[in-house]
Amino acid sequence: MSSPETTAETAHGHGDISTGMAAPSGSGDSNASATRITPGNALRPEDIALEVRTGLVKPTEDAAEYALRLGDDALILAQRLGHWISRAPELEEDVALGNIALDQLGHARSFLTYAGGAWEKSEDDLAYFRREHEFRSAHLFEQPNGDFAVTIARQFVVSYYQFELYRRLTESTDGTLAAIAAKAVKEVDYHRDHSAQWILRLAGGTDESRKRIIHALKLVWPYVGELFEDDALVTRLAEAGAAVVPSSIREDFDRLTGEVLTEAGLEVPEVPAAPGGGRRGQHSEHLGYILAEMQVLAREHPGASW
Amino acid sequence: MSDASNAPEVSTGSTTGPVVEPVETKTTGNAWGLWEVFVRSSRGLSHVHAGSLHAPDAAMALRNARDLYTRRNEGVSIWVVPADAIASSDPDSKGSFFESPQGKDYRHATYYTKSEGVKHL
Repeated sequence: MSSPETTAETAHGHGDISTGMAAPSGSGDSNASATRITPGNALRPEDIALEVRTGLVKPTEDAAEYALRLGDDALILAQRLGHWISRAPELEEDVALGNIALDQLGHARSFLTYAGGAWEKSEDDLAYFRREHEFRSAHLFEQPNGDFAVTIARQFVVSYYQFELYRRLTESTDGTLAAIAAKAVKEVDYHRDHSAQWILRLAGGTDESRKRIIHALKLVWPYVGELFEDDALVTRLAEAGAAVVPSSIREDFDRLTGEVLTEAGLEVPEVPAAPGGGRRGQHSEHLGYILAEMQVLAREHPGASW
Repeated sequence: MSDASNAPEVSTGSTTGPVVEPVETKTTGNAWGLWEVFVRSSRGLSHVHAGSLHAPDAAMALRNARDLYTRRNEGVSIWVVPADAIASSDPDSKGSFFESPQGKDYRHATYYTKSEGVKHL
């Protein structure tokens, strides 16, 4: 283990960008100038890892299971969105979807790092060395990208759900969950804007784009219900003030997504709900393929780094 | 270390090599327009040209600019302008446009001698 350079004030090269141990000084916004870029100050997965490693925080078994759900949602979505790199309709959209994927990956790393603290596992252990039935993501997140409209429809549901969830989770009695949510909610707010802008444009664009977004919403909507299902774990945690009861955010979700759909001249699709079961480790055939691609390198070469 | 003498010849843009004509970009009716992006890095400074991008409209241009040009904390404010809304000076008329002020010392305060009795100069 390297010794943390708490007094390091490197004034040359890229010394301003700190990616190692948490640096209490030197990398703040106060150093921002016209010619220099700064990483800024924000909670990073590395900071959580440090707190977990030094025993500063340790999640309860319940909190870890809950963090695992939120982390898996974000991880599987990040993997899905990453597939758009170099494939989006325009270069600009390629970067936009890539940014969103990386935001989600950041949330996943934070949640999984924290969850791992309960079982002495790292984020990598959890991401790369769990099997399909051990993943706790909801089915929506593993749904295929489809065409651009399907990805936008999935983003629309995910971002409005995650925003309402994280907004409330910032008040969690679990300090780490609250801190991760506070960081994530700002990013997810932008994801909401991105998807809403595209819903409006696809709906109001050409006959073809409108046809596609209507079809896309129909494909995605069966997986909405699972997001708002309560179970014993969330109920227990919510009573302790640590978690958000999923059913409690349904009303806001329906209202806000409804406003966008109305503006776009679209309707909430009337489709039967899919059975779900992701929170219990029951997944569709899609997850296995995602995991195979995501995990193969880490499993072929355990401990490899570059 | 690579051996410089074995390095392939790199064209330096002289006119001797084969000339590759730039392929004309085919703009269909649906192509996204070009936008110029200006980013202000912090309060009190001016917006500076950062680059350009394609977007279907102003709202999306702003968002694309945010994603493309402020990923590393570069800015606190963005302007986007349709590229064809910018009128620019003709690069060929450099002489008449920009060389005229040269030698006109009297346009600079240092040209003048201070009058007697004027304080705080």
